[in-house]
Amino acid sequence: MATDLELRTASGDKAASSPTKSAEGQSAIGVASAHPLPRHRERQYVRFTRLQRALHVCMIVSFLSLALTGLSLKFSYTAWAATLSHLLGGFQTAGFIHRTAAVLMFGVFFTHLYSLVQLKKREYKSWRGMLFGPDTMLPTRQDLRQFVSTMKWFLGIGPRPQYGRWTYWEKFDYFAVFWGIAVIGFTGLTLWFPIFFTRFLPGSFINIATVIHSDEALLATGFIFTVHFFNTHLRPEKFPMDTVIFTGHMPLEELKRDKPLEYEALVASGRLEANMEEPQPEIVVRVIRAFAWIALAIGFSVVVWIIYAMLFAYK
Amino acid sequence: MSAKGGVALRSHRLVFIAAAFLFFGVIGLSSAQKSASDPKNDDCLACHGDKTLATQRAGRPVSLFVDSKKFSSSVHGPLSCTSCHADLEGKDLPHSTPLARVQCGACHSDEQEKHAHSLHGKAIARGDSLAPRCVDCHGNHDILPVHDPRSAVAPLKVPFVCGKCHQEGTPVQMTRKIDEHDILENYSESIHGEALFKKGLVVAPNCASCHTAHNILPHTDPNSSIARRNIAATCTKCHAQIQQVHRKTIKGELWEKEANVLPACVDCHQPHKIRKVFYTQGMADADCMRCHGDERLKAADGRTMFVSAAELVGSKHNKVACSQCHSGVNASRVRPCETISSKVDCSSCHAEIGQVQQRSIHGQLLAKQDSNAPDCKECHGTHGVLGKKDPQSRTFPVNVPDLCGRCHHEGHKAAVRYTGTEHQIIRRYEESIHGKGLLKSGLTVTATCTNCHTAHGELPASNPDSTVNPKNVPTTCGACHHGIEQQFEQSIHSRLVTKTQKDLPVCSDCHSAHSIRRADDNGFKLEIMQKCGRCHEEIAKTYFDTYHGKVSRLGYTKTAKCYDCHGAHDILPVSDPRSHLSRAHVVETCRQCHQDATRRFAGYLTHATHHDPRKYPYLFWAFWGMTTLLISTFVISGIHTLLWLPRALQMRRELRAREASEEAERLTGSEPESDLSSRDGNHGD
Repeated sequence: MATDLELRTASGDKAASSPTKSAEGQSAIGVASAHPLPRHRERQYVRFTRLQRALHVCMIVSFLSLALTGLSLKFSYTAWAATLSHLLGGFQTAGFIHRTAAVLMFGVFFTHLYSLVQLKKREYKSWRGMLFGPDTMLPTRQDLRQFVSTMKWFLGIGPRPQYGRWTYWEKFDYFAVFWGIAVIGFTGLTLWFPIFFTRFLPGSFINIATVIHSDEALLATGFIFTVHFFNTHLRPEKFPMDTVIFTGHMPLEELKRDKPLEYEALVASGRLEANMEEPQPEIVVRVIRAFAWIALAIGFSVVVWIIYAMLFAYK
Repeated sequence: MSAKGGVALRSHRLVFIAAAFLFFGVIGLSSAQKSASDPKNDDCLACHGDKTLATQRAGRPVSLFVDSKKFSSSVHGPLSCTSCHADLEGKDLPHSTPLARVQCGACHSDEQEKHAHSLHGKAIARGDSLAPRCVDCHGNHDILPVHDPRSAVAPLKVPFVCGKCHQEGTPVQMTRKIDEHDILENYSESIHGEALFKKGLVVAPNCASCHTAHNILPHTDPNSSIARRNIAATCTKCHAQIQQVHRKTIKGELWEKEANVLPACVDCHQPHKIRKVFYTQGMADADCMRCHGDERLKAADGRTMFVSAAELVGSKHNKVACSQCHSGVNASRVRPCETISSKVDCSSCHAEIGQVQQRSIHGQLLAKQDSNAPDCKECHGTHGVLGKKDPQSRTFPVNVPDLCGRCHHEGHKAAVRYTGTEHQIIRRYEESIHGKGLLKSGLTVTATCTNCHTAHGELPASNPDSTVNPKNVPTTCGACHHGIEQQFEQSIHSRLVTKTQKDLPVCSDCHSAHSIRRADDNGFKLEIMQKCGRCHEEIAKTYFDTYHGKVSRLGYTKTAKCYDCHGAHDILPVSDPRSHLSRAHVVETCRQCHQDATRRFAGYLTHATHHDPRKYPYLFWAFWGMTTLLISTFVISGIHTLLWLPRALQMRRELRAREASEEAERLTGSEPESDLSSRDGNHGD
């Protein structure tokens, strides 16, 4: 495997032949990036599968639709909201879009759960192996350690931690969706089918569901459009955007830099080369960038709108 | 006639006969003069002198007492009982059966005959239960001579005798076709009535003077004393010399010759309302038109003094003489009009309207000699005055907004003085549902200015007597919207239901005044929340916290608004069983939109707020739980991000620097520097 990499990079660097040593591994970055060929020609590491990328795009579409239609109702006291609601074709159409997007999101959620089952069948012998293995999405003790050392790094009293396949903030984002789908999904269903739900819930539960749905929506949109955006796009080293979730690919040097533990594990297990692919064609990347920019723009506009609505127009 | 009908008629007659007996039919008296066996007055009084003597008639006690003193001092005192109660003759006492009705006509045959032909007599013949008989006016055992002031038909008492039936509120006035109204009241205030009642002039005419005592006929009957043809004769019984003084005004030489062509006395001097005469004697229109028929005639100040004869002829006043309005002329002068010292006073004829107008804001300003105040002619014009039903008239409904607008248009003389909140009233009215109905749909029954503000009694809304004062608005609108008014008067907003010092809403508070719109207009539907919210501030606010309110605020009308649940005009407290939101009705109310609504569904809190921990604890804690989660998440992730930022920037700088050096290296083809990789190594874990 290491030989393949050597061949591909054609650098003949000795560091690549001893990947278990982290210091040498780090130095390899400089060597790899020093290659005279244009970077996009290099084969890239496949971080996300096609299904995962597709689900994320669906998630963006449904999430933005839900956010725009839902918030136009939540902040109905702003002129913005009325304009938006009319643009979307009136409150009934907006409601229809909202529910359609909700169905899409449920679809994304359950497809993902299904894909987890497939993943387990394909790559793991047992649930235990998947859930408690090194690439688990579940929080581990290592995450706690990394959190502490990240804090130290932030405060300038320690080096940047060596992150693995999933960092603790990525895991947090991942489980935030689980929580969000459960809370916002269930309350949303009660609001969608109030007559059915009030067969066994009190009528005032609809009021409570409204409050929870609405505030959870604020939490979700606020979090995604600020913290998540920062983590993936606005982080200065990735600015203006990290397209890995759309292309599925990340340059090897970025993997080495950002997720050295994963890189090391891949090299150690010899799976790295199997996960390398040609980069996406230029046109695909452009389309992806255009889509991502639009999504980003909508997201930021919504943040500005929320801040305006909460701080200046609150009634 | 069918057998059934015959029975009905007979039984009808029997009722009248029985009714007559109630009064005086049973008084058993006999005359000793006719035969020795006939009962004497004393015999009769042996029983009927007892004050307690009574009988039951139709379930009511009827006194059979006869006051012997009153009878003996009456005009019939010398007569015996049997003279009138002729059917007692030869009967044994005490008589058992009720006696026959006394026939006054046996002696008073002339009067009887006149009465029989009169309106009253014919009514009796028809079987009209309300028709008066002799006793109804004259009494029975206590009849006094007419010249006796105590007589029931003494001049001073006649108006009251007639007024027993002919005054407002009596069955006769209400159920029989009588064109005149407030007869007794008007008579009392007329010059005749004043003379009689205030001055005690018993020669002053009373009812009987004009209508006759017994030969009362409707004015449509040619033989009636008040038939058009006979009025002059009736009036001249007293006003014998009236031809002399009316000679010129009524074109004297035609007086009486062509009575149908000429106005009858009552055309100017309304029956029962005959006021003191204002009309100047001795002027004919031709005398005026000799000068004023000239188009070139001008006053000293340049105003034209021309009066168009054609205009006069077409006007409502075409039968009114010039001098009737332009009073104060002196016929003996060369220019009779030079003695005119005052303006035309329309109230000399239109007295009631004049009184109303004097109390109005227009009248008040006129009294203050305000130059802006409109007088009668400002609205009605002068010689060409037309009735309000004439489409050419300025006061025809369609023309009223323009008429009022002459002063009340924004920027015009009345509008600039106005300090209230209503502006652009004419323009807004024209755009309102009323304005469109009147001006676009041509519905002359649509409310125009005068329907709400009245034609002559306009008062500012602040005046409690104003028709547009909040207190009176429901009644004013109810004049047309009667059904709505009925609903409203039952509602919690009605002053009749809620007794409070606070201002209660009236029609105009929700519907506005001049810009009133259709209630199914979107704008109206959306504004209603603000309207209700002006008083129900808190509850309106909480409405906007719910889905219904939020959608409404976005500008859509399909979700429930205040009136969809609470009702519009029939709003009642939820505690009232009749309320749309009472326990009995609430599910039904929800079902207007949510067809499958259940009782539990109706438990949805349509005005819930998460700000009230005592009323809605679950909502309150759900809200604060979520808010805490939200704030803590943002605080933690915010700090995380902010701390990250400088490190990330540092990383970016390093990356850039490395890229730059790589670029330089690629261009120069030199070996990579080792310092970069060693610096990266510092960040290794």
